[in-house]
Amino acid sequence: MELVGQMDVAVITKVYPSRSHSGAAQGGVAAALGNVDGDSVEAHIYDTVKGADYLGDQDAIEILCNDAPRTIYEMEHLGCPFSRTEDHKINQRAFGGHSFLRACFSADRTGHALLHTLVEQTYKQGGKLKVYSEWHMNRLIVEDGVCRGVVAMDIKTGRLEVFRAKAVLFASGGYGQAFKITSNAAANTGDGIVAAYRAGIPLQDMEFVQFHPTGLYQHGILLTEGARGEGGYLINADGDRFMSTYAPSKMELGPRDIVSRSEQTEINEGRGAGPNKEYVLLDLRHLGKEKIMERLPQVYNLAKDFIGVDCIEDPVPIQPTAHYSMGGIPADNDCQVYLDDKGQQVTGFFVAGECSCISVHGANRLGTNSLLEALVFGRRAGKKMLDVTPGLKLADVNEERELEAAKKEIATLYAGDGSEDLSVIREELKEIMTYKVGVYRCADDMLQARSEIKGLRERFAKVQVKDPGTNFNLNLIDALELSNMLEYSELIVSGGLAREESRGAHFRTDFPTRDDQNWMHHTMAFRTEDGGHELRYKPVTVTRFQPEERKY
Amino acid sequence: MASKVTMRIQRFDPAVDEKPHDQDFEIELPAGITILKALNKVRAEKDPTLALRYSCGSAICGSCAMKVNGHARLACKTQVSDCTVDGVLRIAPMGNLKILRDLVVDMDPFFDSLGKAKPYLEAGNGSVPEFERKQRPEEFLQIDPSTTCILCAACYSDCNVLEVDDNFFGPATLAKAHRFIFDSRDVDTQARLRAVSKKTGVWDCTHCGECSTRCPTETKPLERIEEIRTKAMADGFHDNVGARHALGFRETVGKRGILDENYLPARSMGFFNLPGLLSLVPIGLRMMMRGKNPPLIPHKIDKLEEVKKTFARFEELRK
Repeated sequence: MELVGQMDVAVITKVYPSRSHSGAAQGGVAAALGNVDGDSVEAHIYDTVKGADYLGDQDAIEILCNDAPRTIYEMEHLGCPFSRTEDHKINQRAFGGHSFLRACFSADRTGHALLHTLVEQTYKQGGKLKVYSEWHMNRLIVEDGVCRGVVAMDIKTGRLEVFRAKAVLFASGGYGQAFKITSNAAANTGDGIVAAYRAGIPLQDMEFVQFHPTGLYQHGILLTEGARGEGGYLINADGDRFMSTYAPSKMELGPRDIVSRSEQTEINEGRGAGPNKEYVLLDLRHLGKEKIMERLPQVYNLAKDFIGVDCIEDPVPIQPTAHYSMGGIPADNDCQVYLDDKGQQVTGFFVAGECSCISVHGANRLGTNSLLEALVFGRRAGKKMLDVTPGLKLADVNEERELEAAKKEIATLYAGDGSEDLSVIREELKEIMTYKVGVYRCADDMLQARSEIKGLRERFAKVQVKDPGTNFNLNLIDALELSNMLEYSELIVSGGLAREESRGAHFRTDFPTRDDQNWMHHTMAFRTEDGGHELRYKPVTVTRFQPEERKY
Repeated sequence: MASKVTMRIQRFDPAVDEKPHDQDFEIELPAGITILKALNKVRAEKDPTLALRYSCGSAICGSCAMKVNGHARLACKTQVSDCTVDGVLRIAPMGNLKILRDLVVDMDPFFDSLGKAKPYLEAGNGSVPEFERKQRPEEFLQIDPSTTCILCAACYSDCNVLEVDDNFFGPATLAKAHRFIFDSRDVDTQARLRAVSKKTGVWDCTHCGECSTRCPTETKPLERIEEIRTKAMADGFHDNVGARHALGFRETVGKRGILDENYLPARSMGFFNLPGLLSLVPIGLRMMMRGKNPPLIPHKIDKLEEVKKTFARFEELRK
């Protein structure tokens, strides 16, 4: 939106714009508007720093929170429908880890409302914005520190094309599909981050994966934190509100990392509900039908449609679900990507949203800060691109060589002997990641995970794509995605093994405390020539808030 | 408890097939499985070449609408057990859109059609003020249903009007129009009402209700179309066939207690609309030849006074 009309802009998307996974965000978008209580930007900054378990870069967090109110007003003026207070202002609800009522919401479909408002703007721009829907991005072209474009495949025809550009922005989302229990869309296979990584760009803090406390049992589908924000309880098999043990002051509205671990502890210690004691319960019954139907209609429908539970009458079975990727492509506060741990940057390459690691979420993101981040930093990236792009030239690309490389990668996926099955490897990977690199981690589990994933990568070489077609060849897309998932899963494990402390979403049972002496550092994973990787570290930016004990 | 199901899936690959054909997959499915998961099980275990669209898996992205037993539904939120008839589950691509491969259809006509609704807020003043605009909670609730639309196109697929006239705005586009017509912050209401009152707009809907029946959200396009019609009439947009038809309907029933089928077509078309009236001649003649034309002097009903009283009462209530 910042660029359209001033430059030749195109959007390339794996799905259709309205299908992006931002639309699945439910509960709200944070901004210290103070519409219902005495909130302040100051408090928002502190809550975010603390929620991030002090791994967030505080200069970036200040930008995020300062720009939040303006961002919400801008979206409101573009037409985003927001639920309203009795005095006709944007309504705000409670959310985990936020000390005031800060989540602006549109019932429990906030992401959907924001996403569709932006999609509507693409119609307003008319022909000035070209959208390439259903293209799979295969390669990012970076040479001599200059980004030159991407290679992408039209899913409808199988045709590969080089898109040359003076500047490229990735807003390609997270990497939660590597987990068995996940709230992520099928499309969230980390294609963007892996393309950057393979082009020589490091990935930052990959070990930090957030597990959301209220995933629908076995499905992993998200039930918004807004359900607890509206007053919902978490109970175990005995009907106890177990959060009183773990976060007595915030109770159910503790931050996600702490609530998810508390649930897992309840389950691990035999207080889970159900025949196999595998889940805990989200209890909304006391909220009453009217409030549930007005504020949480989607939660009602999801529980009803997917597991047949009427949450007005019965508590809903839930379990922690892989939800958000704090790690990603490192960038400065204007979203321009770093090429190394020393501050050198890639010319013409920008990132925003979940694929980026700026890092405003540090070791644990607070609910409602992700929609905010996408909006605030998406706009900043656009403004910066507008600023710098006129000074850049359209860099040379050896198109033939790039297309050949993409074709070769695809040909390799057809060349396996077929003795291994793609979907079996994918399911095994997901099991490993959920059960060995999940809510609780330890060296033994992660060492096993590491060698098992290595084995999966060897077996993956034997997989053979069976569909020879060029039109909607899902079999080929599956293979391209699995190749990405295997590659980044190794980095999650490596980063997690190396980080011998517990911080935010990364919890080591063998190193259960935070170690500020040694680990106030971002992990940076660099790809090596032989396809392996090397870990380096860079310090966290601390401006105003020194690390202190994190209690709720 | 697992059970064996025959998934009868319509297949079509334009590279090899002349026309679509059904293929049966016998597959063991666990209890409580959704159609999307069952289809992915078919891809994993039986045939990796099956093409379909899906993404979020939680009924919000709108990717996976397809026909289940002949009607459009979201595969991700529909239980296999709810749709299996005598052990068979029939799956086919959506209707009214060209099939690209198997269950994948060309969505471009659908997304393009939304443009007809001018689907963005006209705020009236381009700058971003420092404060939010106010909106009453009940004003938000008025657009709440139409903003739940996920653009899955289930309504487009099963719309009976689109089947015969692809110029029709379509249910999703009209729901989108509703979302702005009823947004208290939009300044373009009258122009929007004028646009949807024209031919191919709200009055071309035949009230079959398929859109609302198939809609997986609270959008329910038929209800939104009716709300637009009511508002368009109230705001004086009467100069079109649909509005005249509605008004003429009320006139003849109010006057005679029964529909005057000779008067109504001419009233709807407009008494001075010569080309429009002439366009009715062929169908009139065909009806006459088959003896289907209504009597020239319409009947009156016995209890006309009661009908008149009902109308009077209705007018009173309306005021």
